[in-house]
Parts: sequence; C-alpha cells; structure tokens
Amino acid sequence: MSTFAFIFLLFSVTILIIAAFFAAFKKDLLQAVIATSIISLSLAVIFYILQAPDVALTEAAIGVALSTIVFVLTIRNTKRMEE
Amino acid sequence: MRKLIIAALLIVVAYVLIDAFAEFQFGAERQGIKDYFLEHTPTDLQVANSVTAIIVSYRGFDTLGEVTVLFLAATGISTILYRRRSKHTGLNPLRKSPEASLIVKAAVKLLFPMILILGAYVFVHGHLTPGGGFQGGAIIATGFLLLLISYRQFKVEHSVVMWVESLAGIFFVTIGIFGIIYGPNANFLENFLPVGNLNELMSGGVIGLVYVAVGFKVAAELTGVLDTLVNIRETGDNKETKE
Repeated sequence: MSTFAFIFLLFSVTILIIAAFFAAFKKDLLQAVIATSIISLSLAVIFYILQAPDVALTEAAIGVALSTIVFVLTIRNTKRMEE
Repeated sequence: MRKLIIAALLIVVAYVLIDAFAEFQFGAERQGIKDYFLEHTPTDLQVANSVTAIIVSYRGFDTLGEVTVLFLAATGISTILYRRRSKHTGLNPLRKSPEASLIVKAAVKLLFPMILILGAYVFVHGHLTPGGGFQGGAIIATGFLLLLISYRQFKVEHSVVMWVESLAGIFFVTIGIFGIIYGPNANFLENFLPVGNLNELMSGGVIGLVYVAVGFKVAAELTGVLDTLVNIRETGDNKETKE
C-alpha cells in the first residue's frame, strides 16, 4: 500500500467514524439517514483501497443509493423527529 | 441509569469483538483455498475475475439461494405495501409533494440512459471486470429510481416487472439443469459451454449467461420494490400526520 493510499484510508476511516457518531446521536432522522449514506460512501472507498472492488461496487450501489432512498421514503411516511 | 447500562453493554460488546479479532492477522496467509482459486480460475474456466467464478461457478447453488431470498423479500414488500393507483387521476401520488424542478428533470433525462448502459456493462462484463449481476441490477434500479422521483407521470408496469423477473429466474434454473444434463460431471450449474480465451467477452462458459439472468432479475425486483415504496402515500393511512 502506497503512502498516499494509506493517508486516504485514514481520512476515510475518520469520516466514517464521525458520520457514525452523527447518525447515532442525531434526533433528526433525515440527517441521520444522510449520515448513514456517508458511512456507506466512505466504506466503499475503504473497500476499494483494500482491493475489494466487487464489494465496493455493491456498497456504492446498494448502501449509498437504494437503502438511503428506502429510509427517506419511510421517514416521509412516518415521523421525521425522534422522540 | 439507562445510559450507564447502555455504556456497560457497549463496553462488553467491544471487549468481545476486540478479543475475537485480536487473533486475526489481516492480510496474512491463513488457508490455501485462496491460492487454489487464484490458480485455477484463469486456467479451468478462463475467467479473469476470480470472485465471479467463485460466486457463480464454485458455489453457484448458494447464489440461486440468494436470488430466491431477494425474490421472497420483494414479494413480501409488494404483498404488504402495494396499493393500486387511484382510478380518476392515474398519476403518481407524489403529486402532493412539489414538482421536481426543470434542472432535475433535464439532468435525469440525460443521466438515465447512461446509468442503464453502465448497469448493463457491469453485469455483462461480470467475469472480466469487478461487478456482476447484483451490482449491475442495483445500478439499473437506481436509474429507474431517478425517473420515479422526478417524473410524476412515470409508471412502472408491475406485470412487466413480474414477467421479466420470472423469465430471468426460469432462465437461471434452466442453465443449471442443462449443467446436469450436458456437463461432464453432471452437476447443477456445471459449465457445458466452451470456455473461450482469458480476457475475452465470450469466455467463462455459462458464467456470463447466468449473470445476465441475475442482472435482469435483480433490476426488476428492486425496481418493483422502489415503485411500491414511492407509491405508498396513496393509501391515506397517514392523513392525520400530513394535515
């Protein structure tokens, strides 16, 4: 692994952890869902750096796009704020 | 008090996970099975992408199980949530939310064919480049999702979805049964076609055919699920929260 890839990996992991805390503690569920999709995005980058492009492609398509929109549609039909 | 209990539980879970993963040496050699696959997929099956060869060929029966699980999930969601659109308007019930802007519509018009081509490329070249049926199907479903949320009058015909997914599933199982009849060792999903040369589109025998079937099936299923979820608003169950 080159130095650049390692720095990029650390950057992605940091973003992932910050987004995970954001998703766990935010009361606004819409913002929490967006944070979840950021987790998926940085996870896809991490998979790609760790030489698993198949998994990265799956994570990018399912995690970032489809599951996010399923959550957003669910929130639209229920409540936006956590109690 | 409650937070204390949660914190204690989290610490216990973290301890268990750290304890379990401490013995793993990531990236180190553990089993020889990786070397077997890396050695044999280019020579036996002439497949450049070993992951695809493992998923479709060496453990193809498991893939059939996964496709079945996805099919059952889509059927369950449709059974619980599907409602017919109203007769007098015939519109997508998203009409209550504001109309998508011209920029979004124009961008979707431009992007949709490209996303479709990208998805088709990913599942057709599944045995050459990273990706495969699931990924390609999910990308195509993303394209249909863009159409669904930006064009109110866009409809997904559920009969078309049903036919595509049934035919793709039947095609998958038929290829598997052909493997029993014509394959040299008479196993389910065994390769019975010429394997071709490495790094060519027509290589890998049945893997390409199976991935085309899986791609169509996953794309149809996910599109049906998304259409059901987008149209859920018409039920009127949530009127009091809206007004």
